[in-house]
Amino acid sequence: MTDVLTEDPGRAPQRLDGPDKVAGTARYAFEQPVDGPRYLHLVQAGIARGRVTGTDTSAAEALPGVHTVLTHENAEKVNAGGELAVLQSPEVAFRGQVIGAVLAETPEIAAQAAGLVEVTYERHPHESTFGVDDHRAQSPDTSSPMVTEDLDQGDVDAALEAAEYTVDVTYATPPEHNNPMEPHATVAVWEDGELTLYDSNQGPYVVRDVLVPIFGLDPERVHVVSPHVGGGFGSKGMPHAHVVATVMAARLTPGRPVKCALTRAQMFPLVGYRPPGFQRVRLGTDATGRLVATEHSALEQSSRLAEYAEQSAGASRDMYVSPNRRITNRVVALDVPVPTWMRAPGEAGGMYALESAVDEMAQACGMDPIEFRVHNEPDTAPTSGRPFSSRNLVTCLRRGAERFGWAERDPRPGVRREGDWLVGTGVAAASFPSFTIPGSVATVGYADGYYRVEIAASDIGTGARTALTQIAAEALEVPLSAVRLHLGSTAQPKASLAGGSSGTASWGTAIVQAARAFRAEHGEHPPEGAETTTKSEPDPEAGKYAMNAYGAQFAEVRVHADTGEVRVPRLLGVFAAGRIVNARTARSQFAGGMTMGLSMALHEHGVVDGRFGHVVNNDFAGYHIAAHADVGSVEVDWIDEHDPHVNPMGTKGIGEVGIVGVAAAIGNAAHHATGVRVRELPLTPEKFLTDG
Amino acid sequence: MDAEITLRVDGQRRTLSVDTRTTLLDALRERLGVISPKKGCDHGQCGACTVLLDGRRVTSCLTLAVAQDGAEVTTAEGLSEGDRPHPVQQAFLEHDGFQCGYCTPGQVCSAVGMLDEVKAGWPSHVTENLEEEPDLDDEEIRERMSGNLCRCGAYTNIVSAIREAAE
Ligand code: FES
Ligand code: FES
Repeated sequence: MTDVLTEDPGRAPQRLDGPDKVAGTARYAFEQPVDGPRYLHLVQAGIARGRVTGTDTSAAEALPGVHTVLTHENAEKVNAGGELAVLQSPEVAFRGQVIGAVLAETPEIAAQAAGLVEVTYERHPHESTFGVDDHRAQSPDTSSPMVTEDLDQGDVDAALEAAEYTVDVTYATPPEHNNPMEPHATVAVWEDGELTLYDSNQGPYVVRDVLVPIFGLDPERVHVVSPHVGGGFGSKGMPHAHVVATVMAARLTPGRPVKCALTRAQMFPLVGYRPPGFQRVRLGTDATGRLVATEHSALEQSSRLAEYAEQSAGASRDMYVSPNRRITNRVVALDVPVPTWMRAPGEAGGMYALESAVDEMAQACGMDPIEFRVHNEPDTAPTSGRPFSSRNLVTCLRRGAERFGWAERDPRPGVRREGDWLVGTGVAAASFPSFTIPGSVATVGYADGYYRVEIAASDIGTGARTALTQIAAEALEVPLSAVRLHLGSTAQPKASLAGGSSGTASWGTAIVQAARAFRAEHGEHPPEGAETTTKSEPDPEAGKYAMNAYGAQFAEVRVHADTGEVRVPRLLGVFAAGRIVNARTARSQFAGGMTMGLSMALHEHGVVDGRFGHVVNNDFAGYHIAAHADVGSVEVDWIDEHDPHVNPMGTKGIGEVGIVGVAAAIGNAAHHATGVRVRELPLTPEKFLTDG
Repeated sequence: MDAEITLRVDGQRRTLSVDTRTTLLDALRERLGVISPKKGCDHGQCGACTVLLDGRRVTSCLTLAVAQDGAEVTTAEGLSEGDRPHPVQQAFLEHDGFQCGYCTPGQVCSAVGMLDEVKAGWPSHVTENLEEEPDLDDEEIRERMSGNLCRCGAYTNIVSAIREAAE
């Protein structure tokens, strides 16, 4: 395939929706204008497992302004399972589950009435915590497309036995919550058998296709409108319980819109999270520091209500050479909310463990951690033997080392002190697969001097609206101002969801193919009203290559000698992610990922109280995410990478690779600063206050 | 219980009756259709709802509407003059100080309010010398803006935007 974005790759127009966003006039889901709405407030289970034996709604219903109190006793029966089987039975599978919903004239009345609903329960014993060697560990269901089989190549145990140097370390990661700034919200309008949803999601067609069978609707009569989305980071990839509850309420009140926004606290149990886990990494090298054995086994939390199996150990499949390799992912199903994707699911946690262990391994070999990685760089993907479509990790490491001043680094841990602060630097590698999902449909039309491009893509803050307009302009060979792009609604043709960093690649491919077909059909001077719609074809080279984006993350860390406080004055990420479509928005995406990585390293921890089965710190006061004062310098750089195989634009996804490796780089730097190796996130002060 | 109040919102006089429990944020968004201030937490913990209330930055989710009868409210929408963005908004556009945009109107209002506080000589937690005019370096900006969370992680660009707007 030929590159289309050939000229001036550094072009960086400002975001097309920027003026609306800085003024606040860009309309998110809850802000879509509707007439005479009612408000829905959810009622949640106060126990972790058992059943509802009685619901007294009389006080709630007596409140003026209350329209309906929905419970499992009066809710309509729908065809749903797992977390979407809302109000279908009295069973309680986790604390915070939706067990009712109040529909009222105002949000204040709905919230008050929800508090008046009296629920009695039959409590059953529950399990909501687990340990590193948990006897309940089980293999995940490998028939799921998201789950890969275990891998066992060569003889890991014998190789470790014979290895010159070894490490055997276990890293722990806590529950982390996506917490997009815009809480999940949906507005449902049911009228004449037609459902319109203004919803905050990462793919309007995903929402439609999930709801259609649940309510037995005609897909043509379900409309999902989501022009602006205030972040998702995976948690808006699939609709959650509140969407089902809101549609149920709307169907009770035809013609009256129903608005439901989750509170921040409700988001903790209801929209998924990155599951906590333990990862054991065993590495062994020969005398030169070349890896002879790699074992990565992950144990992560899942839910008894529905399985979600994070694939953290998969991070070690293709990262470095190793003739002997064992990869296993296990889950423990508990009476807890269902986890979901959170930015770089699998890689974020998996690479934290691997890249920390690699730092320990390099140290055990007496090697510089960059030289160790270069020494273990594979020529082809180790587990499959496939060639890489492009792999420039070493270039990223070298470029970053130069820019960061790595050459002057004294490798000894715990020997630099500036005032009360111990100072260190660390490095880690990043990698994330490059997906281009076929089957998205795009329409290109021409009228009134403009090219209209339609595709039901989502811009959840990625800059897709701007990048796709650029791609369309490039493919049509017209100026940016001649293109009008429409996305974010089922009014446009079907597109894949914003997930797996696949958006720009998948939707861009669909747009490029539609633009080419449009030109072939209508020529350079299309007649008024000309239109072409095509569906993107799979890439014939897709299975032939291992396709990944890479990066090198560098961190400078200061740890307070007396309090253990950890500060990160400087982060540098150098990435190799194919063609960069828009340098301005790409830089922001990388930096945003790195900032979330810093937040993961230092702050984020959903604290589960095992007695009650809920996350205790369910707000921004208790669940701290990095704020302005936590973030110092975040530098982003990338190399000019040309990958002819990934897709017609030569782009790789950039939304997730930025978070990968950051926590490891920071942890490695903290060790370099203090000599204390903390193997548990987040890196909170008390963990550095040891005698060691 | 309902009460009638009058607000000046972005230069317009608006009279409305509110439940006495209604926050200024919900009054603006749900009653007046002014959507520029966003709701991120409803608890004063994220800053997305920041507006200028009689010229000072406040979290409108922690402000009861009924207590603000007669107040002057400026949202990010009201900061721009027609199609001309406020200098702080212009700097956010140039520095790409946002991604999803949901925290942005709050960041913008907070920055405008914060710059006035600095002009008035207010110190912050990181101000070294309380006798002198504060010098608005990056550390000061970060400290003073820490009530405004951004999950997209646009902080470094926001700081450079504010630094430029302050000059
Ligand atoms: S919504 Fe007011 S501070 Fe978060
Ligand atoms: S721009 Fe998305 S939260 Fe700040």
